[in-house]
Amino acid sequence: MKTTAGKLSAWFVATLLVVVFLGYMTTQVIQPAYVPGVASTGPAGLTDVLFYVLAAVTIAGAAGVALSRNILYSAVGLLMALLGAGSLYVFLSADFVAVTQLLIYIGGVLVLILFAVMLTNRITEVNVSNTSFGSFGGALLGISVAPVLIAVVTLTPWPARAPAALAPTTALIGNGFLTKWLLPFEVASLVLLATLVGAVVIARKEIKAD
Amino acid sequence: MITSISLTHFLVVGALLFTFGLVTVATRRNAVGVLMGVELILNGANVNFVAFNHYVTGGVSGQVFALFVIVLAAAEAAVGLAIVLAIFQTFKTIDVRFADLMRE
Repeated sequence: MKTTAGKLSAWFVATLLVVVFLGYMTTQVIQPAYVPGVASTGPAGLTDVLFYVLAAVTIAGAAGVALSRNILYSAVGLLMALLGAGSLYVFLSADFVAVTQLLIYIGGVLVLILFAVMLTNRITEVNVSNTSFGSFGGALLGISVAPVLIAVVTLTPWPARAPAALAPTTALIGNGFLTKWLLPFEVASLVLLATLVGAVVIARKEIKAD
Repeated sequence: MITSISLTHFLVVGALLFTFGLVTVATRRNAVGVLMGVELILNGANVNFVAFNHYVTGGVSGQVFALFVIVLAAAEAAVGLAIVLAIFQTFKTIDVRFADLMRE
């Protein structure tokens, strides 16, 4: 009983803090005269519509990862989020990064995660396999972080410059890896080697000596 | 009103990805779910890197950084899932609340 009351009062204090924080942020955001940046209001072309669709897919996938009760649905949501983020890279003239995202994240990391899900869950009880706790605390965290980040992003006058035309970047990145970023490149390969050995050492069955 | 896409749009997408990843990490009991949240956070950071590279700095330095982030995310996923498998062998569950021993 005492712990329940303590928990309730702690949650109450946390909620109060978040509300006060959000109110303070709102005053901070509204007080300074909102200076819209360049905000070129051209007609919405096909590119813009495509961007909004892909961004919606990305956000919906991320929301699915965070909110789904079923770990397999979470994996599908992660697939949508990664695909959406990879396609957003194309808008930013990052073709090589987009393809790398496709190959490594979706071809590697997601398959690895699905393997781990299959190996560690009783699939027949899949409904209880992704329970979350503290959904109230999670909601508090979300509504206290997201508005702050979005306010910072939209209110800061970023040093905008006219973006370069879309052009292939693979040759530039390859040259950079072998000249300017040669040391990080080699360190990354060492890290991958260490990861390979370390993952095998951690995941193998322990063989008792006695 | 729909405005032409700019740096801010991509940054908002990155911020939302980060927020959902943070909520996932904070609320999951399933260790694999926690790893999915970490992947979301890394992707939000990557979207920001590539967006700033295109709209602010130019060149390819931001893209190269994003590539390193992808490489480290893959390494992190491999080691993290190996740890999850080891936890499953030891505790017969991957609920993060029950993994509270350094060794048997």
